[in-house]
Amino acid sequence: MQSKTVRSAVSGTDVGDREALSLGREVTKISVKDLNLYYGDEQALKGINLEIPEKRVTAFIGPSGCGKSTLLRCFNRMNDLVDICRIQGKILLDGKNIHDRDVDVADLRRSVGMVFQKPNPFPKSIYENVAYGLRLQGVNTRRVLDEVVERSLRAAALWDEVKDRLQDNAFGMSGGQQQRLVIARAIAIEPEVILLDEPASALDPISTLKIEELINELKKDYTIVIVTHNMQQAARVSDYTAFMYMGDMVEYGDTDTLFTNPRRKQTEDYITGRYG
Amino acid sequence: MKEWLKSGSPWIWLNGGAVALCMIMVVGLIGLIAVRGFSHFWPANVVSIPVSMPGQIPVTVIGEVTRQETVTAAVARDSGMTVEEDVELVTRHLIKRGNRDQFPSDFAWFPELYMGEWSYPDDILMIERREWGNFYGYPVILMREGERYLEAGDEGFDAALRESVQRSVDLHHEIETIERREVGRINTLLERLRLDERRIELDGLTGAARADEEARIAAQREALNNEYAVLRDDLDALYDSTMRDSLVMEMSDGREVTISLSEIVRVTAPNKLSLFGKVGQYFDRLWEFFTEDPREANTEGGIFPAIFGTVTMVFVMSIIVTPFGILAAIYLREYARQGLMTRIIRISVYNLAGVPSIVYGVFGLGFFVYFMGGSIDEMFYEAALPSPTFGTPGLFWASLTLALLTLPIVIVSTEEGLARIPSTIRQGSLALGATKSETLWKVIVPLATPAMMTGLILAIARAAGEVAPLMLVGVVKLAPTLPVDGVFPFIHLERKIMHLGFHIYDVGFQSPNVEAARPLVYATALVLVMLIVVLNLAAISIRNHLRERYRGESD
Repeated sequence: MQSKTVRSAVSGTDVGDREALSLGREVTKISVKDLNLYYGDEQALKGINLEIPEKRVTAFIGPSGCGKSTLLRCFNRMNDLVDICRIQGKILLDGKNIHDRDVDVADLRRSVGMVFQKPNPFPKSIYENVAYGLRLQGVNTRRVLDEVVERSLRAAALWDEVKDRLQDNAFGMSGGQQQRLVIARAIAIEPEVILLDEPASALDPISTLKIEELINELKKDYTIVIVTHNMQQAARVSDYTAFMYMGDMVEYGDTDTLFTNPRRKQTEDYITGRYG
Repeated sequence: MKEWLKSGSPWIWLNGGAVALCMIMVVGLIGLIAVRGFSHFWPANVVSIPVSMPGQIPVTVIGEVTRQETVTAAVARDSGMTVEEDVELVTRHLIKRGNRDQFPSDFAWFPELYMGEWSYPDDILMIERREWGNFYGYPVILMREGERYLEAGDEGFDAALRESVQRSVDLHHEIETIERREVGRINTLLERLRLDERRIELDGLTGAARADEEARIAAQREALNNEYAVLRDDLDALYDSTMRDSLVMEMSDGREVTISLSEIVRVTAPNKLSLFGKVGQYFDRLWEFFTEDPREANTEGGIFPAIFGTVTMVFVMSIIVTPFGILAAIYLREYARQGLMTRIIRISVYNLAGVPSIVYGVFGLGFFVYFMGGSIDEMFYEAALPSPTFGTPGLFWASLTLALLTLPIVIVSTEEGLARIPSTIRQGSLALGATKSETLWKVIVPLATPAMMTGLILAIARAAGEVAPLMLVGVVKLAPTLPVDGVFPFIHLERKIMHLGFHIYDVGFQSPNVEAARPLVYATALVLVMLIVVLNLAAISIRNHLRERYRGESD
């Protein structure tokens, strides 16, 4: 295990020299080292260095196509599904390179859960949706499943709304409920990290608010990485924010500093709405 | 005018018109078939007409009026009618006068010109016979045990006749049941013993094993033969019993004919029937059409074996084509590397759907029947050779050929169904640590079932109506047995079957008696169309049920 040491150099790091960004007084959960990613001949991520702290919310912001979702999908190797995708560099989860040969992708994805932009419940009952991950692991004991389903749905703040219709089809729920169901499904298998890929972009404001409250709750137990288009959202929910542009990590630091006092001109232009 | 063109209404009219035209054609087709086919079962009145043609002895014709037509005098003269010089148009009526054993033909044209007054005498009977078709005439005497029993007009004649007919029909039914079920079963088992015996020879069994086997066969054969002897006695008694009654009838020309009651299916006095009685008759005959075997070279009786054969074949085909098609589609869409090779395979599969069906028939005959069937015979049914078991057209080969024919349909629609499933669902499952196959079987395939059902529906619709390849690989005009019966293994895949589509062709174009067959062609066509509709509705309701289960409200 690589040390989860605390680096002293705080947000003052100069980004230009491509050194790993590091954060003070935090335990590193994921660290990205010199990550380059290519789709065919096109480079989508350029020399990314990044450390993501444990049990904090880290947000990736940036204009469309800047590579923030691509970076997020590296953390649970969802990019493996893209045939033409090629990756160089290291991603360490608790110090272990996730691209090592002895890493089982399914195991990795169990510890790094993911929630997508559009709610994607399975064509099953609410109960079975939450129990799906456990059933995959061979857990079929009714008692255990009942317990986990209830705990997960409570954690996703959905229990009170659906406890009387657990056997109904998940497609019958509203979009916001579906998204929270998907989050419950992800936390049912007790991951260490939860990746949220624009989780609220397809939802109405009230559902969005609920999801944001939920993120605040979840960060007590999980490391959360969120990609968002919405800068207010990033400002509201995240502890740390990374601004990406054209495959580059432009600036990374704690959210307050980045939004109030950005060091780079590009960042400032983006958050003040001058482009993007 | 320009305004009108710009408003778009001509376009709407054009579209609406196209729809209307389509509807008219479809409804017209179904309507024509329905009217022509199902009016056949209505018990028409029997007319009695005196006809005196110049230069011929005046006769009285009795029978059912089938149709009439007006032709020019020249045409009428060509067809052998005497027509006077000053007549230009001749109206003639086609009369079904029955009595095929007495007259040269049971349908005949008579010109209206020489007809006397039409009358509908109440006492005319229409007798449906097992052989020789209908008989029309007046009843004279009901005979019992060769003696005069009751004369027409005596009190209780009608009731006695009805009772006699019912009795002989019941007896016939009993005989048929014994012959079909019991004797059929004994024959099948005896045939198996014969094959067992051959197998001893072929296996070169010797010594005690051979003696044991021979003893077993002999004992079983003995038992079966005894059983058969008992049945034979029963049957003989029943046959004798059916000969008890006979009916003396007077024909239109005054000749008297004796008809044994054992030949009679039904006796009706159509002119005496009330509307209510006629409706009863109508459904009676319709029921007979659906449930009975055909008679008289398929021009009379029912079409039950054809319905049964069609349904069985479609079922067997579905059982074969569904797994093959679905597995192939899943491989093509989910596992195969999408490249030139898969593109070529896909295009080939799509094009297979356009190959004329007779080509499949020829392939089925050459490859399935002769090659595969022949090999199966050599391996497993050696004892029966040289007479083939699977090496001859039959139900299984017909179903297999149709499965091949409909495979592209199932593959294409399954593939489309799989392609339509949003990738986020896949990713959702993968992100939870599922492997590709877990994702596929637990999430993707259930979601794609409606599409698979759609493919199956289309396949069924195509298969049920297909005729050309079936003539080569297993459908015959008259099958002696149904493919499903009470003898192990209950479904006999090697048997030949009857099929509604082929039945239409056979009755319509291969029948010696065109006029008698014509209404049956329509009726059979309607049954086939209805059968396809029913099969489709069943499949559609299953699909909708599934769709309801997997419906996504979010999209």
